[in-house]
Amino acid sequence: MTAVTAGTAESTGAPGGSDAAVAAEQAAYEAVFDAAVAADERIEPRDWMPEAYRASLVRQIAQHAHSEIIGMQPEANWITRAPSLRRKAILMAKVQDEAGHGLYLYSAAETLGTSRDELLDKLHSGRQKYSSIFNYPTLTWADVGAIGWLVDGAAITNQVPLCRCSYGPYARAMVRVCKEESFHQRQGYEALLALSRGTEAQHAMAQDAVDRWWWPSLMMFGPPDAESTHTAQAMAWKIKRHSNDELRQRFVDIAVPQAEALGLTLPDPDLRWNEERGHYDFGPIDWTEFWDVLKGNGPCNDQRLSKRRQAHEDGAWVREAAAAYAEKHTGTHGEAQA
Amino acid sequence: MTSDGWPLWEVFVRSRRGLSHTHAGSLHAPDAEMALRNARDLYTRRSEGVSIWVVPSTAITASSPDEKDPFFEPAADKPYRHPTFYEIPEGVKHL
Ligand SMILES: [Fe+2]
Ligand SMILES: [Fe+2]
Repeated sequence: MTAVTAGTAESTGAPGGSDAAVAAEQAAYEAVFDAAVAADERIEPRDWMPEAYRASLVRQIAQHAHSEIIGMQPEANWITRAPSLRRKAILMAKVQDEAGHGLYLYSAAETLGTSRDELLDKLHSGRQKYSSIFNYPTLTWADVGAIGWLVDGAAITNQVPLCRCSYGPYARAMVRVCKEESFHQRQGYEALLALSRGTEAQHAMAQDAVDRWWWPSLMMFGPPDAESTHTAQAMAWKIKRHSNDELRQRFVDIAVPQAEALGLTLPDPDLRWNEERGHYDFGPIDWTEFWDVLKGNGPCNDQRLSKRRQAHEDGAWVREAAAAYAEKHTGTHGEAQA
Repeated sequence: MTSDGWPLWEVFVRSRRGLSHTHAGSLHAPDAEMALRNARDLYTRRSEGVSIWVVPSTAITASSPDEKDPFFEPAADKPYRHPTFYEIPEGVKHL
């Protein structure tokens, strides 16, 4: 029995076979893949998969992983200035979770034949993106609350359906992530509630944070369906289960009553219940802002990337020391313990 | 030296005594000891485990990914290995 079998990129060609034989083999593999997706079965790392499916997953999972670790920065900004020890401990745990989410996702991406270093390289050189929401600054403590409630809330809305993604390792990573996210959202909501019910100045601070984070949170779902280049194919492959606009609507419907309970308003004069649709109508989103931030012109793009690169470079000596130590002790640390 | 030089480890976690270790995920680490520490931080932040195994990914030998692999065929035609294969008169108890 060997670990090398059909299904890896290298072994799908038929060496020495005619073009027709290769094409027939390819078609057979494709039929198996299509049937598995149609039957709602999961695709696993060593299964044959279309190259475009693999590339699309790498792109999406990498962007997701990058978002988790870049997303640590805006909140970490407030750890030293959290208003109480309780809030500080919570915030540290939350930021640590985001690092963990990044690692689950990098692992999932690696099962597709890419390496972590390659992905980090692409992040550092700007060739792969992260969610543009993290290019906005956290100006006050209330922003930590607003991020937990709205940004993690939007992320959860996006991620829950990804637990049923057709690619097994991504789906499993999402199950772990979603379990951890609900604390993120609740701690943010609780922090905002405390401010909203506090002094007049605290209430105003909470309102200001919500005013600034609301629209960027709606943009997290990506461009409208009509302009989304990847959505249709990703849905056909069951990587995505719902369109951007569907998920955005779901999030708005959930958030409006939550805002009411907070005693805060959402900065949209067009926001109202539509009896006929059974959903909240909301105003137009400023997509020029979205594309502008995505292109690198947001308030914090440069800061986020340079801080990431710096952290990576500053950690080089730790990686080197650990590797040197491992090499020196080769053979003495190889046993796992039950 | 980058983390590429760090091998990949598969992590197995026993969630509580009496249960088997189950695969939780993977991670990179320079050696087994660091792999265990990283696994604790990554996979048991909420007391999900009472014991962790880390195994170098390269040490795992796997069967073919195809579920219809002939490798598993010997099991497919032996329904008599299942208790439901047998007909027992109604009313017979504890069988
Ligand atoms: Fe996260
Ligand atoms: Fe989160």
